[in-house]
Amino acid sequence: MYNFSAFTNAERENILKEIGVDSFEELFSHIPAKARFEIDLPDGISEMEAQRELKTLASKNNISLANFIGGGSYNHFIPAAIGTISSRFEFITAYTPYQPEISQGTLQMIYEFQSMICSLTGMDVANASVYDGATACAEAVLMAARAKRKNKILLSEGINPEYKSVIETYCYGVDVQIDYLPLIDFKTQLEGISSDYACVLLAMPNYYGTIEDIEKCGELAKQAGAMFIVCADLLSLSKIKPPSEFGADIVVGDFQVLGIPMAYGGPYGGYMATKTAHMRQMPGRIVGASIDKEGKRAFTLTMQAREQHIKRERATSNICTNQGLMTLCATVYMSLMGQNGMSKAFLMSIQNAKKLASKLCQIEGFELCNSEFMFEFVMKTPTNSAVFLEKMQEKGILAGIKVDEDKILVCTTEMNSEAEIESYIKTAGEIACE
Amino acid sequence: MNKLIFEKSKEGQLGVDFDNEAQYDYFLPKNLERIEKTTLPEVSELEVMRHFTELSGKNFCIEKGFYPLGSCTMKYNPKVNELVANLEGFTNINPNMPDNCTQGALELMYKLQESLCKITGMDAMTLQPAAGAHGEFCGMLIVKKYFEQLGQKRKKVIVPDSAHGTNPATARMCGFEIVEIKSNEKGQVSIEALKEVLNEDVAAIMMTNPNTLGLFEENILEISDLVHQNGSLLYYDGANLNAIMGITSPAKMGFDIVHLNLHKTFSTPHGGGGPGSGPVGVVAKLKDFLPVPIIDFDGEKYFRNYNIPNSIGKLKAFYGNFGVLVRAYTYILMMGNSLKKVSQDAVMSANYLKEKLKNTYHLHYDITCMHEFVLSSKNQSESGVHTINIAKRMMDYGIHPPTVYFPLIASEAIMIEPTESESKDVLDNFVEIMEKIAQEAKENPQLVLNAPHSTPVLKIDETYAARNPDLRYTK
Amino acid sequence: MIVPEGILCTKSHEYVIHEGDICTIGITDYAVEQLGDIVFVELPEVGTSFEKGEPFGAIESVKAASEVYMPMTGEIVEINEPLLLKPEIINNDTYSEGWLIKVKASSLDKDLADALEYEDYKSEVE
Repeated sequence: MYNFSAFTNAERENILKEIGVDSFEELFSHIPAKARFEIDLPDGISEMEAQRELKTLASKNNISLANFIGGGSYNHFIPAAIGTISSRFEFITAYTPYQPEISQGTLQMIYEFQSMICSLTGMDVANASVYDGATACAEAVLMAARAKRKNKILLSEGINPEYKSVIETYCYGVDVQIDYLPLIDFKTQLEGISSDYACVLLAMPNYYGTIEDIEKCGELAKQAGAMFIVCADLLSLSKIKPPSEFGADIVVGDFQVLGIPMAYGGPYGGYMATKTAHMRQMPGRIVGASIDKEGKRAFTLTMQAREQHIKRERATSNICTNQGLMTLCATVYMSLMGQNGMSKAFLMSIQNAKKLASKLCQIEGFELCNSEFMFEFVMKTPTNSAVFLEKMQEKGILAGIKVDEDKILVCTTEMNSEAEIESYIKTAGEIACE
Repeated sequence: MNKLIFEKSKEGQLGVDFDNEAQYDYFLPKNLERIEKTTLPEVSELEVMRHFTELSGKNFCIEKGFYPLGSCTMKYNPKVNELVANLEGFTNINPNMPDNCTQGALELMYKLQESLCKITGMDAMTLQPAAGAHGEFCGMLIVKKYFEQLGQKRKKVIVPDSAHGTNPATARMCGFEIVEIKSNEKGQVSIEALKEVLNEDVAAIMMTNPNTLGLFEENILEISDLVHQNGSLLYYDGANLNAIMGITSPAKMGFDIVHLNLHKTFSTPHGGGGPGSGPVGVVAKLKDFLPVPIIDFDGEKYFRNYNIPNSIGKLKAFYGNFGVLVRAYTYILMMGNSLKKVSQDAVMSANYLKEKLKNTYHLHYDITCMHEFVLSSKNQSESGVHTINIAKRMMDYGIHPPTVYFPLIASEAIMIEPTESESKDVLDNFVEIMEKIAQEAKENPQLVLNAPHSTPVLKIDETYAARNPDLRYTK
Repeated sequence: MIVPEGILCTKSHEYVIHEGDICTIGITDYAVEQLGDIVFVELPEVGTSFEKGEPFGAIESVKAASEVYMPMTGEIVEINEPLLLKPEIINNDTYSEGWLIKVKASSLDKDLADALEYEDYKSEVE
């Protein structure tokens, strides 16, 4: 079966003749015999069979459990209109907007995205996305290292462990050294922020849900002459002060929380925003507004001289393809929800977390480990945490992520219903009594 | 004049709302309370739908017409891919769920790893990198760590002058110095030039085959022998894989590390700039350096294997652009060993166009090409018409311009890659249009020089945009 | 485009006009033509010193970016600040208002030994 074939065999014969060869073999005769290779795959299958296969695979994933898992991927509410718009093939199958005259849809959308990110973060310029929040953090610390000409950076231990690994890998590439700010009770200790460092990176909230002392960190970074990088949750920025007000130089993070499904880890999208002074050090595509020959407003990729296709080995990064379509999802989400909808979703997430945490604490053996949190918190379990999670799962609840032998990270969003929360409490209580 | 979404905003208008305001208390520290309102729009759902529908109408896309973009492989994106990628069983799973909840996802990834190994001849594969350039970064970090483990200080990476810009940019991100070697008169890597620069300081050579001129590197076996004898590694940029599936393989050519572009060769959509996916395959001696986790199978269950002794670490959070992997998996399932026919048709179509156009346009290398070839605007330049003008004029005829001004070693380059998806009618129509434009360049050059004339916007002042950066909306 | 008398050009397309040991440095009209419309200029700080051949700044156009290299060893004594806001001056007045930096050279004769006179430079690049 050869799906999507564009030619009949008769056409192929004629075309080969026109090219001047008798067969496909002759067309490839200049490939060395020793390098020839056959693909060891079975025959292709029909679309009907493919749908069946994929539906079977999808059904082997368990989506019936109540979800209290976060840790960098969140089950936020996704309005239907996002799927409708992002499934338009005019957005899906379009190429990168290098030819602006026929890409105004994509370009204007990115300009709107950049605008919204700048507004939420308080920064002057944002790029069109990088791969995810982790790589955004990594690119930001490298940006600071270049700008400050220092090869040491300071990282809070409160950052998502996945992000930490990625930052370490990127720093390994260019021999940048990382020192860490330790945690006490899952909150970053802001000591030792000296002028040795190109930057300090703080997550807000951090991986454990803790509200960090962003104001103090900003002050200390400024005193040390280090760049202040904040990894911020975008939903929270609809309600809390933007990091710009605390002296942030670069704000980064993941915009999966803006209308993008959890989808087993990707595709998500990383955002990066910074002040005008650092604009040229920032990687990624940037869209700018201009005018066309007739004075009509038009959008175009701009400041391309920072990118790999021009600067090659002197580029700010090697990034080419980014997360285009996901940027569309985020822009539609922010348009539909507005600041009003986003802050409601955010507050509901917190309200659910407060409710769940306080009720759990009333069960013997459970203890709340971080006092100031947003929508995630760390809870000490009465028994071994892995055993507790297993038992909860047997009863239909994904109760959290294991932090260590006796602690779990619990997450709530606006999607967790009252019934689900009641069920969590009831089941946890039963297990505690066993 | 078209409006930004912000310009349609009305205070108090709502798109999506939630229930009662009354039940929300305020839970956050006072010093964090946001005072300044954002510029996020306040619009209704209908206005949002109209706004983005209008924007979509201004985009060109594969369903509208032909995209002969060299090096991008703009083949047809099957719609079944979208259907399956959006199945709830794939979209509603959190990457932090235990493996026993995600056996379907893990099985898909494991089988995709295997299939990609079979297509490339590699021994192990990671699906983690989010794009080709990300895959290159992964590959070059493996090179770096490999030599560190061997205790060898090798700082140089060889790159042909025809290489894609991501190659040298990536090598720099790993602390390597670039050594560029000039291509020979056949547009291929010169063995002499290579021998001159090979020494114990060379860690690797980054190549693509066929190269960015669409030509098969005929000396590849000799090249890989020389490089291996020198103790160095060969890195394969898989952007042009569409030309060689079932014909040859990176493994057979002697490459040690390979990156693939699922959004090129394996039909996942370009999305206006992503998301892509850049899996990396390696030969057996390098599998202990792959990023964590690899998806593994113990005979009964699929699982995430974090036990990789010399792993370079992680390139992104979690496991890869899973939604893109689902699409590629589906495509490979539906194509199977017909992937060879894909490459055959792709190469046939490119040679067909080359033969039809070489009498009108200057052809950089008049030899058998693979899946793409490079023309130039030399024959049209008498009237002042350059490649950029021809590209812009093509838009008036409903065709997306080919790749232009790349590779840098081909002057006034026009790189054409039809892919296997386009019918003979489309190809013949393209030839007709190219010939028409060539005629216009001779008889009515102003028409070409002032193009485009019929697109949603006309020529944009990019200098103005760069000198007066307007990068966001402000009230 | 009036090219001043006696200017020298380097192989990396910088021009030098010297009076005593103070040198005025810019990029040649050939380089400007290659780059196209200049959109951004990066200049060093006054008081910094560079060796011959070291990059001291960068020039960006819409389609290209290029580093600029010291034709001689010396200290930066003046930079052409108006360029920072109006980079197009380089396109319009390459050799008069479009200079980049002024340098106090330490070993001028030795450093400029391999620089070319304008006519010779032009025949080499064309």
